[in-house]
Amino acid sequence: MAGKTIAEKILSAHSGKDARAGQIVVADIDYVMVNDVTGPIAFREYDKLGRDTMFKDRMVLIPDHYVPAKDVDSAAQAKEMREFAQKHQLPNYFEIGKSGVCHQLMVEEGFAAPGRLIVGADSHTCTYGAVNALSTGIGSTEAAAAFATGKLWFKVPETIRVNLKGKFGKYVGGKDLILRIITDIGVDGANYKALEFHGDIQNVSVPDRLAVSNMAIECGGKAGIWPCDDLTCEYIKDTVRGEYTPVDADEDAVYCQTLEYDLSEIEPFVSYPHLPSNGRPVKDADVTIEQAYLGSCTNGRIEDMRIGAEILKGRHVAPGVRMIVVPASQRVMRQMADEGLIDIFLDAGAFVSGPTCGACLGGYMGILAPGERAVASTNRNFIGRMGAKDSYVYLAGPAVVAASAVAGRIVTPDQLPEVQ
Amino acid sequence: MEQIKGRVWVFGDNVDTDQIIPAERLVAANLDHLNDYIFEKVRPGFGQQVQKGDILIAGRNFGCGSSREHAPLSLREAGFSCIIAESFARIFYRNSFNTGLLLVECKVDAKEGDTATVDVDKGTVECGGREYTFPEYPPFITELIRSGGLMNLIKEGKFR
Repeated sequence: MAGKTIAEKILSAHSGKDARAGQIVVADIDYVMVNDVTGPIAFREYDKLGRDTMFKDRMVLIPDHYVPAKDVDSAAQAKEMREFAQKHQLPNYFEIGKSGVCHQLMVEEGFAAPGRLIVGADSHTCTYGAVNALSTGIGSTEAAAAFATGKLWFKVPETIRVNLKGKFGKYVGGKDLILRIITDIGVDGANYKALEFHGDIQNVSVPDRLAVSNMAIECGGKAGIWPCDDLTCEYIKDTVRGEYTPVDADEDAVYCQTLEYDLSEIEPFVSYPHLPSNGRPVKDADVTIEQAYLGSCTNGRIEDMRIGAEILKGRHVAPGVRMIVVPASQRVMRQMADEGLIDIFLDAGAFVSGPTCGACLGGYMGILAPGERAVASTNRNFIGRMGAKDSYVYLAGPAVVAASAVAGRIVTPDQLPEVQ
Repeated sequence: MEQIKGRVWVFGDNVDTDQIIPAERLVAANLDHLNDYIFEKVRPGFGQQVQKGDILIAGRNFGCGSSREHAPLSLREAGFSCIIAESFARIFYRNSFNTGLLLVECKVDAKEGDTATVDVDKGTVECGGREYTFPEYPPFITELIRSGGLMNLIKEGKFR
């Protein structure tokens, strides 16, 4: 019998079956997460089911899309979540002020850890593959099923192996790599499949891995999984909840495809509207912008903020450009304050807010008017994603977003004049 | 399962969930009239044109993007009896069968206004005078279709 991929091993361990690509298995989940948009449907479905059982310790409720409430409807929706949490006395409900963007919280609060099987009613749940979890996006109804049964059905995915070698250059990171991969294989290149990363992974920081895994869904991926190494253990050691069991692939695991990337050859990359697969090197871009957005579950971590601040220090946001900075969590925001990054952004003329999904999904706090163009460290550039149906989103990493805010057009930091 | 026959609407490749229903409509207050908003940014007024029993035929990767269950729910509420596409994005695929919206994975050449007939038991689609075949569903998906969705399956005691 051939060996197994990480996804096959985690699904085997959680289903008690010899899980192989292509099978459908019912598996125990470690955590199920919902947010303020997907939660209400799940709560209603759970109530309709009329069950007494509820796996409360495995449920995580994180309002983030439309909180702080942007209008009466979103306030009512957030209230529905708050009341459901109170009614059932759920231990893992995160109110604003102690919270942030759900995927950042899932890592910061130690739910995401090696070997775990985690589902979330948000497509970017695949983020936790960066810390060796098999995590994937699901719908609301099945989240309710998981509340009631602690289980869910999974099609065991085939896996694409991605071999990495070398090191990223200055101001190049995980975002550039994943935009490159999505551009190479297309927005459905990994549909129904998992991506698994190997090779010189010690050269890729956990925050960079998080950005990569976060966008696995943008090539259709069920998951983007990294092995657990010293960097992983170090990253989660102060926050992880409970014990965990790292899982690596067998040497003779079967892969449906293998991709090779030399990280030293990855350039700053930007994906043009209206698909994440419309990528090209930033040096070939000729695009003026009205807005630069630094934030989101993809690139709203402290490391992204440090990169943005390093570039903005002593510089100013270009006339005619709005720069919006949205840390992914309360904890990231506090670190920004402690390190003086907020001052740097404010001095540069950027707008800084508290954590929210905000404008990334066209919610609020930075919606685009007709005809406007934004460079964003977010994950989707679909038609109308950040506002008007004829607005345009260009996806890039934090360095390019910050540099572009200064230049008023999409550039790399190298293209900026030296700070006087 | 009985044959499904309906008028055809045609869409292309990579129809994402933001197109199907934009994020700004995703509030609980809209849950009983999601069909008012389907495709509103790319095909204004579409929700009002669809009639009960109509069939949507698309290309590759239909339903890519977010996990919003509002996407299949809004299509079902608009009246679609089934969505036929060359391929579906995986979360949309799960959400549809879990909530009782029938999907058929099949490449079909169609033009708008055609009539299509789907026979799930035989695995065939007839459209524009041609017949297409699609593979049998996995047994678990067949059970989901038969029961009308995941919650029904749980109530029947078949998912525990």
